[in-house]
This record gives sequence, C-alpha cells and structure tokens, in this order.
Amino acid sequence: MKALLQRDLRLALRAGGGFGLALAFFLIVVVLVPFSVGPETDLLSTIAPGVLWLGALLACLLSLDRLLALDFEDGTLDLLVTAPLPLEAALSVKALAHWVTTGLPLVLAAPVLGLMLNVPGGGYFWLVISLALGTPALSVIGTFGAALTVGIKRGGLLLSLLVLPLYVPTLIFGAEAARRGAAGLEASTPLLLLAGITLACVACMPFASAAVLRMGLK
Amino acid sequence: MSIWSYANPVKFLALSARVQPVLWGAAGGCVCLGLIWGFFGTPDDARQGSTVKIIYLHVPAALMAINAWFMMLVASLIWLIRRHHVSALAAKAAAPVGVVMTVIALVTGAIWGQPMWGTWWAWDPRLTSFLILFLFYLGYIALWEAVEDPDTAADLTSVLCLVGSVFAILSRYAVNFWNQGLHQGTSVPVATGGRTVADVFWYPLLISMVGFGLLFIAMVFYRTGTEISLRRAAALRARSDGKA
Repeated sequence: MKALLQRDLRLALRAGGGFGLALAFFLIVVVLVPFSVGPETDLLSTIAPGVLWLGALLACLLSLDRLLALDFEDGTLDLLVTAPLPLEAALSVKALAHWVTTGLPLVLAAPVLGLMLNVPGGGYFWLVISLALGTPALSVIGTFGAALTVGIKRGGLLLSLLVLPLYVPTLIFGAEAARRGAAGLEASTPLLLLAGITLACVACMPFASAAVLRMGLK
Repeated sequence: MSIWSYANPVKFLALSARVQPVLWGAAGGCVCLGLIWGFFGTPDDARQGSTVKIIYLHVPAALMAINAWFMMLVASLIWLIRRHHVSALAAKAAAPVGVVMTVIALVTGAIWGQPMWGTWWAWDPRLTSFLILFLFYLGYIALWEAVEDPDTAADLTSVLCLVGSVFAILSRYAVNFWNQGLHQGTSVPVATGGRTVADVFWYPLLISMVGFGLLFIAMVFYRTGTEISLRRAAALRARSDGKA
C-alpha cells in the first residue's frame, strides 16, 4: 500500500502530472471571476467562498480522468486487480494520492486566493477547514466516477456528467459552511454534516469503486 | 409458478403481449378521464383561477418521475443479485420514460409558476432536487450508451443507479438545508396523512395519477420488449458474422 502510494505520488509530481495543473486551473478560475462579474470588492467578498469552493471542485474534476485511465492504458490496473492487496484498499490509496496531489494544494492555496477575492477576516478559518474536510469526499467520489468510465474511450465528458451530480451534497454543505463562516454566522452545523458526508464516502465509496472496476475490466 | 419464471424472455414477452392491450386501454382511459374531468369538470380555484388545472399533469408526472427511478433501483438490484437480463433491460427501458416525466413535471411547474410565483424558475428545494434527479437520469442513460458490452453496461449502470439513489436522497435533504422553499407541501397524502386538496380536485387527480402509473407500466413493457428484440437481433447478427 505504501509502495503504491509512493508510486502514485511520484508519478503525479514528476511526469508533468496533475499536480501543478489543478492548482493552475484553480488560480485561473479565481482570476477569471472578477473579469466576469466586475471588480467591486463588496460583491467579490460575498461570492468568494462559493467561487473558491466551485473552483476547487472543478479543479478536482479536471484531474480525475488521469486517476485510473493512465494505469488502465499501461496495464498497471490489471495487475492491481489481480494483486493480493484488496482492490478496495488499492483504490482508497489511489484516492488518497489524488487528494494529496490535488485537494491538499487547493486547501493550502485557498487562503491566498481568498485574499485576492477579499474574503472577510473571520472567514479564512472556515474556508480552509471546510475545504480540508470536503475535498477528501470529492476525491473518493471522483475515484468511483473514474472507475465507472475507465474502459470507455473519450470518457472525460461522461465522467463529468456522472460525477457532478454526486458532488451536489458535498458542495452544498461545504460552500454553506464557508459562506456562513465568512458572514460571521454559526457555521458548525453544515461543517458537521460535511464531515459526516466525507466520512461516509471514505468508508463506503471504495467498495462501490472496486465493484465497478472489477465489472468494467472483466 | 413463481414470479421469477418471467425472467425468461419468452415467457416475459408472452405475458407482455397478453397484458399490454389491457394496460394501454386502462392507461388511456384513466388519463383521458382524469384530464378531461380535471380540465372541464372541476371549478376554478378561488385564488389560482384556472391555472390550478395544470396539477392534473404536474403531480402525476412528478410522482412517476420519482417512482420510475425507484423501479429502476429495484430492477438494478434484481439484475445484480439474480442476473436476470430482462430485469436489466427493464431498467434501461424505464430511464427515458422517467426523463420525460421529469421534464413534464419541470415544464408544467414552470408554466404554472410564471403567473403564480411571478417567475419561471426559483431555486426552491423541490425544484432543485428535481433538476438534480434529471441530471442523474441523464448520467444513467449516457452510461448505458457509452459502454459497448451489454452485460458490462448493465452492471455499471446498476451500481450507478444504487449509488445515485443514495446521493439523490442526500441531495434532496441537502437542498432543503440550503434554501427555504417556495413550493407548497405535498398534494398526495402518503407521508402526511392529511389531505390538502379538496375532494372535487382530488378524484380527477387520483384517476390521472393511476392513469400515469398504468401508462408508465405499459411503456416499460413495450420498451422492454423492444430491447429484448434488439438484443436478439444483435445475437443473430453476431452468429451470422461468425459463420461468414
């Protein structure tokens, strides 16, 4: 498991992988927002938590099709399926690697980008903590989507169509927590619900992912 | 004779051929009766005027949109557990019907909402969760179209249906949390027990709902039959290709 994690991390970091790409995409989305809605700071600070959450979600989505497709092409995936390591565990590790290379940098970059979007002072804590709690769910749900579409040629667009509806609850609670935090309201309720969703997804989704991967590769 | 004997396509088609005329007739009769009674036989509402009559399309369509997904869920489970091909094909056949029902519910809702709420669309929990349901249907159908091997497609879409159901229910309650509603409470007293619709509107609505339900069943029978024929044609073609 450790070897698999190290391998995935190394591949993502070195081979021109999704690491910098997702982060750059996140940055670009955030930079484009003032161009599209205008530079008024009041407006920007109102929508900033939502924009950051949406940006993080899209950046996560962008790197999903590389999650399993490359391994499928070079045959690594077949080895993983037949390996003694349970496929559920292997997919959990892959989701973890995806989170470390995509979700974690986004969480760390969010305060800086929040500064550019004029997030009010008390909001940073809630923004970071909601992203930190929510992005693991995005990675595990995304792994399920990637496992569903792995054998399909040009599955990228289909992957978005399948995964985005599944992201709805996570996005709602995460963005709600960040928004309430930025507005100075009590934000612990959506945050707890978000944590619940993440924990449930981390616990259950690898089984669904492994099941569909076995079906798809059969 | 158990119900599983109808998992045999031949028996299923025989049953389908026997019940379909009855189903179509009953469905057509109920829908016509419900709609005509509803449109011409009921008085205008005190506040909503004649716009209230769209309820005879809106509520049954919404009801069937949800139940179609539920039927797909059951069929998917049967496929995953007992591997009956007819079941997988029935789930596939039901999806487009469900989409159409969802669209009817959304469009009639918008047409009603424009004069009543003063807007075609509002980000109300019920409306939003229906839109999300619509997206789930689209994803499900797109996955069926994208996977080439029919058995793999049935497997993958079944799991998607199961996982999607969990997330659809989750979304349903999440949007409740996210925004307070504009939509009125339920017209169908399953959960609440008390009826919110007066008798004079209720009976044609009930008939219309029964009609839509029968219509859905008839269409699923018909479309499943078509899917079975398509599958047979593909098998024949593969066999003749193998010979040549």
